[in-house]
Amino acid sequence: MKSKILAATGVVAVAAAALTGCSAGEAEASCTNEIQKPDATQVSVWAWYPAFEDVVDLFNESHDDVQICWTNAGQGNDEYTKFSTAVESGSGAPDVIMLESEVLSSFSIRDALVDLTEFGANEVKGDYTEGAWKDVSSGDAVYAIPVDGGPMGMLYRKDILDQYGIAVPTTWDEFAAAAQALKDAGAPGVLADFPTNGRAYNQALFAQAGSVPFAYDNAEPTSIGIDVNDDGSKSVLAYWDQLVKDGLVATDDAFTADYNTKLVDGSYAIYVAAAWGPGYLGGLSDADSDAEWKAAPVPQWDPANPVQINWGGSTFAVTSQAADKEAAAVVAKEVFGTEEAWKLGIEKAALFPLWKPILESDYFRDLEYPFFGGQQINKDVFLEAAAGYTGFTFSPFQNYAYDQLTEELYAMVQGEKDSTQALDDLQASLEQYATEQGFTLQ
Amino acid sequence: MTTHSTLAAPPAAAVAPARRRAPEGGSKLERRRQRWGWLFVSPFLLVFALFLIFPLFYAFGMSLFTSTLATGTKFTGIENYVKAFTDPLFLEGLLRVAAFAIVMIPAQLIVAMAAALVLDTLVTRLASLSRLLIFAPYAIPVVIGALMWSFLYSPRFGPGATLFDLVGLPTPDFLASDTVFASLVNIVTWQWSGYYMVVIYAALRSIDPSIYEAARIDGANGWQTAIRIKVPMISSSVVMVITFALIGTLQFFTEPVVLRNIAQGAIDAAYTPNMYAYSLAFSYSQFNYASAIAFSLGMLVFAGSFVFLFLTRKQSGLKS
Repeated sequence: MKSKILAATGVVAVAAAALTGCSAGEAEASCTNEIQKPDATQVSVWAWYPAFEDVVDLFNESHDDVQICWTNAGQGNDEYTKFSTAVESGSGAPDVIMLESEVLSSFSIRDALVDLTEFGANEVKGDYTEGAWKDVSSGDAVYAIPVDGGPMGMLYRKDILDQYGIAVPTTWDEFAAAAQALKDAGAPGVLADFPTNGRAYNQALFAQAGSVPFAYDNAEPTSIGIDVNDDGSKSVLAYWDQLVKDGLVATDDAFTADYNTKLVDGSYAIYVAAAWGPGYLGGLSDADSDAEWKAAPVPQWDPANPVQINWGGSTFAVTSQAADKEAAAVVAKEVFGTEEAWKLGIEKAALFPLWKPILESDYFRDLEYPFFGGQQINKDVFLEAAAGYTGFTFSPFQNYAYDQLTEELYAMVQGEKDSTQALDDLQASLEQYATEQGFTLQ
Repeated sequence: MTTHSTLAAPPAAAVAPARRRAPEGGSKLERRRQRWGWLFVSPFLLVFALFLIFPLFYAFGMSLFTSTLATGTKFTGIENYVKAFTDPLFLEGLLRVAAFAIVMIPAQLIVAMAAALVLDTLVTRLASLSRLLIFAPYAIPVVIGALMWSFLYSPRFGPGATLFDLVGLPTPDFLASDTVFASLVNIVTWQWSGYYMVVIYAALRSIDPSIYEAARIDGANGWQTAIRIKVPMISSSVVMVITFALIGTLQFFTEPVVLRNIAQGAIDAAYTPNMYAYSLAFSYSQFNYASAIAFSLGMLVFAGSFVFLFLTRKQSGLKS
């Protein structure tokens, strides 16, 4: 009888060990890629670039002392949620992580990222444009190495605009007139979509009219300036509100299955997009087979003083949980630091490089895109858009700010409030939140 | 079981004191039995303690601190709870799940009860097939079910446009701010009614058929048997079903989270209290305040189900 009890207790103990022990150490072992030099220091990386495995292999082949162990931990918010939890619990974060520039200060304020100036970040500063570098730095600190950018342009369906005799709009006034003309002509679709959950997209539209929503510097981490209800933003939003009220644009949520289909089936004649937009469109199914896509510069408010804007873009940051920060910094600096890596990134993943040697190369400028019928979209549109970009400051609670923006824009398109009221309410809620979080308002 | 308690009351009362005396007589045997009992439930207890009791205390501990982005963590006692119960987002969420409970629980109960009563009177092979089909939605994981419905509600992929065109009506937007409530009620009712139907059906099968015979002799028709005999006799199962549904509804989470992917405007981040706690913790990294919200919700759910069980103690057989 006693031995039976012992055996039973043994089973319980084993079960308990299995339950508690399964989480430890597993993350190290499960790389998506194959490690080629097992004796070298391994650096774990989370990233969601398409076709990234080829880039990882290229890095591992060319480095003898550092090897990348890559995992795709989800795209955007999915990854940030995991990272945020790992930061809170103090373990489980990768050594190097892909982050969009808009969330860098949300994590640096929680001491989750390493200031890379100690690890030679300034040596590669010259390889990036000023705007790109501003996005990853706060004061003197540099929290990430830029990878790809999202200079904005306008992708349009030439076949649809031609069919209804509409000229390609170059200003927002022409854009509104084109929307009206398309509706008057009885087209089945609309000119464009105004997604209330556009987040960074909507922010970029405001920025074109001079909106500088946040002032924040890590050197003074408890102080923040919030100005989301400036006159520029208000006039931009009033413009879109009018288009929505007149039924000239759709208000479908972005990044849903419906929206993805409508992007490529002709429901929207124009897709105001970032440089990664063509890659996004190329990955969608149910596309209209006679679609004829072209790219043009983003419409302007004042054609005499064009303002270029940016939507998205990503970076590699080193986390403060990294075991070997030196090796991690090498990965962050060098993984997209060669022409071969970038050719993979450009041709297989449709990324827009921020690394100057390839950005300024003839190869990139003259590249012809089959999706656009051979148009050299970089030369025609995106290189100029990227050159005009001067950087942007995001808040350390950007996710909250975006959620609030979505709520206010939704209330506006539902007719519950006008555009001015929506932005004033947004300002009030962000100020209240910042105060609750212990910031002093500038 | 409980339905017989009134009938069996005298013998039970007689047996009870005898049983209570038993430990004094065979105490050694009894204690040994108990030891084995504890051993057999220990795997469960271990998991229970590890994944429920411990996190509960951990969360409570966290909820007593306040951590802000700019100024770090400090002990603030019950301040988070004061904030929670004056937080309009949390209170709105509570009102919303209360509204869901008022609409959703009767809806599920009526469907489940009607199906169970009909199936109970049928004995054909079709009846067992129908039983299986009504139960089937419960076998689909909640996330998959909600995803499926999100496609059905989609104005583009869903059958809505086709169906409403047939009868010449304009297609409603199932995901607008004023319709999403009904859309969610529909998903939950579809998913859970079958499960509750099986619970009620099992209770119906355990009723002694001689009671029906007696009712028939007294001249009761099928409808009267159902309403006057069957429904009162399964009241304990109904109480159980309502308790489950109440707890589930107050913790409403998965379905609105899945639908939020395609209706971010209509379903905001604080749509239900659980969603609010989730976004606070994982989107806005306010783990301490999120713990307070989660704990407050837990207390309310506990209080709600306790009050309900107290009020229905007669029907559920908790008190004979």
